[in-house]
Amino acid sequence: MRLREYIIRRLILLPAILFGISLMIFMIMQCFTPAQRAVAYVQSTEEMLNIDEIIKRYHLDEPLIMQYFYWINNVLHGNLGYSISANMPVAQALATYFPATVELVFLAIPLMLLLGITFGILAAVYRDSVIDHIVRFFSISAWSLPSFWSAIILLAFFYGALGMFPPGRLSPHIVLSLSQSEFKRYTGMYIIDGILNGRLDVSLDALNHVILPSLNLAILSSALPMRIMRSSMLEVLNKEFIIAARAKGLSKWMVIWKHAIKNALIPMITVAGIMVANLITGVVITETVFNYPGLGRFAAGAATSLDMPGILGFALFAGTIYAVTNLVVDILYALIDPRIRY
Amino acid sequence: MVKLLGSVEIESVKPLIMELKFILKRIRQSPLSIIGISIIVFYIILAILAPVLAPPEPGRDPYIMPSYGISPVPKPPSKQAIWGTTEGQYDIYYGCIWGVRTAFRTGIIITVGSMIIGILIGCISGYYGGKVDEIMMRITDMFYAIPTIVLAMAIVVLLGIGLDNVIKAMIIVGWPTYARLMRAEVLRIKNEDYIEAARAIGCSDFRIMVKHILPNAIYPVIIMASMNIGNVVLAASALSFLGLGSPAGYADWGAMIALSRNWILGLPGNPLAFWHTYIIPGLFIFTFVLGWNLLGDAFRDMLDPLIRRR
Repeated sequence: MRLREYIIRRLILLPAILFGISLMIFMIMQCFTPAQRAVAYVQSTEEMLNIDEIIKRYHLDEPLIMQYFYWINNVLHGNLGYSISANMPVAQALATYFPATVELVFLAIPLMLLLGITFGILAAVYRDSVIDHIVRFFSISAWSLPSFWSAIILLAFFYGALGMFPPGRLSPHIVLSLSQSEFKRYTGMYIIDGILNGRLDVSLDALNHVILPSLNLAILSSALPMRIMRSSMLEVLNKEFIIAARAKGLSKWMVIWKHAIKNALIPMITVAGIMVANLITGVVITETVFNYPGLGRFAAGAATSLDMPGILGFALFAGTIYAVTNLVVDILYALIDPRIRY
Repeated sequence: MVKLLGSVEIESVKPLIMELKFILKRIRQSPLSIIGISIIVFYIILAILAPVLAPPEPGRDPYIMPSYGISPVPKPPSKQAIWGTTEGQYDIYYGCIWGVRTAFRTGIIITVGSMIIGILIGCISGYYGGKVDEIMMRITDMFYAIPTIVLAMAIVVLLGIGLDNVIKAMIIVGWPTYARLMRAEVLRIKNEDYIEAARAIGCSDFRIMVKHILPNAIYPVIIMASMNIGNVVLAASALSFLGLGSPAGYADWGAMIALSRNWILGLPGNPLAFWHTYIIPGLFIFTFVLGWNLLGDAFRDMLDPLIRRR
């Protein structure tokens, strides 16, 4: 009963957070003159000449509160303005680039957790040993690594020197064959669409392209889970039930596997929000270096060409994703650990 | 009377000395933090000696790297440019050395700027409580709702491209962390007896905040700031790399790596021909940030009240 109450209360909070995000974006936009803001909706040269009409149509010269309502109404109807850098409406750009990023991130997250959890456990079990020192040094290093630098090194070594894992999303010959054949884009994610269309060559080619960027993303983001896993594992290993399990004759690794890991994983959920924020930031840089056509590269492109609707649309989108994942994480946390009720 | 005054003075200095002693003890205990400090000291020396190590031509902006020609293709190390040149024939050695100053400047201005705003807002919010607190903290929450780098990118686009604007944007997105920490500290302190006593003898709110709360609440904030310098430099260099910060030719490590982007794949038959254009500036960023983070790692325990004085 209390769990349901908690979840409902947490769900009610979500619109408030989303309202905060929209207010933030709206305030940034208000730093521009109505004419500058009107340009965001311009899609052709004829419209450019009738800028006053656009200001009228989008109510850009009305009182602030009215403007906010008109603007949020537009946003909720999917009209986020026109992105010059992507050469299409912002909402369409977000929809186009999103699947590629999902593909990248969903490959990076398991890699990140695998790296983080495995080495975190090893460091805790062999506390103050060589392994522990190496893991701690690695996690501080990964935390200090410029993402664009590691991406460039990976690209130069694997693609430049060894000719493996090319940048981009698909090889040119695959793109050509896709345009000639009937290839249905069910999800926009080529690895899955390839399987659904019975075109394994497409899936493999997409995988070949996505491996290196997701590896870069995983290495960079593994620092935090590694650190959290190590410290929570250390804490759990000192608990009485672990000593009791050892005392009844279970082997060391049996105790770790059966009793310690499950309990040590719980604090990992608390930092999931920070991990998501790290991933969003990492995606912007990683996709830019690997020329991977996802949301991150779109955002970087929009920022460098001073495409205000593009970057604000991305910020709104990223903020929403961030808020929703935090909500899911909080509810998961309450479900997994019955002691947690805020 | 004089003696009494003296002892009062010593009492007020005592927490500061204790805190410093505690920090020094912690630093001595951990070899990693000593490596961190050594790296930072090394960089401070580099920053001070920059005009000696890489003398700028008189009469030009020392932060603009000298360029030896107009060919875009980077050149390997030579007598003239001992670490080679990057795209546009900019001297990598010169850029890396003067980049130390850029890194310190961006790191310190951003950190101190956001710390001051954070302390102000956290102090007022925690001290007055009630509606003021509610409004200020909700505004703080709004800044947390969007990932910081994304928000910083949007603000740079608003302000215009340039290193100064990157610094401003990073301050705008950076203060909420300090405000939250400061507010928590003020809430802890404001119910202490000595605050009550100060109020009883008629001290103004301003005097209580500046004289009694601030000196007792500020240490965790300063420790957090020193932990953040590395990350702030990392984020600023990422924005410079994307092309939102320093212009090409400015001694900024992130912008220098951006110059190498067209040359990552090297020459046919020699794929790693231009390694020096990205490896060297990258090593500077990496070790600089690593130094601060190694130090911060030792400081992290001090922030944690549970394990603070074990």
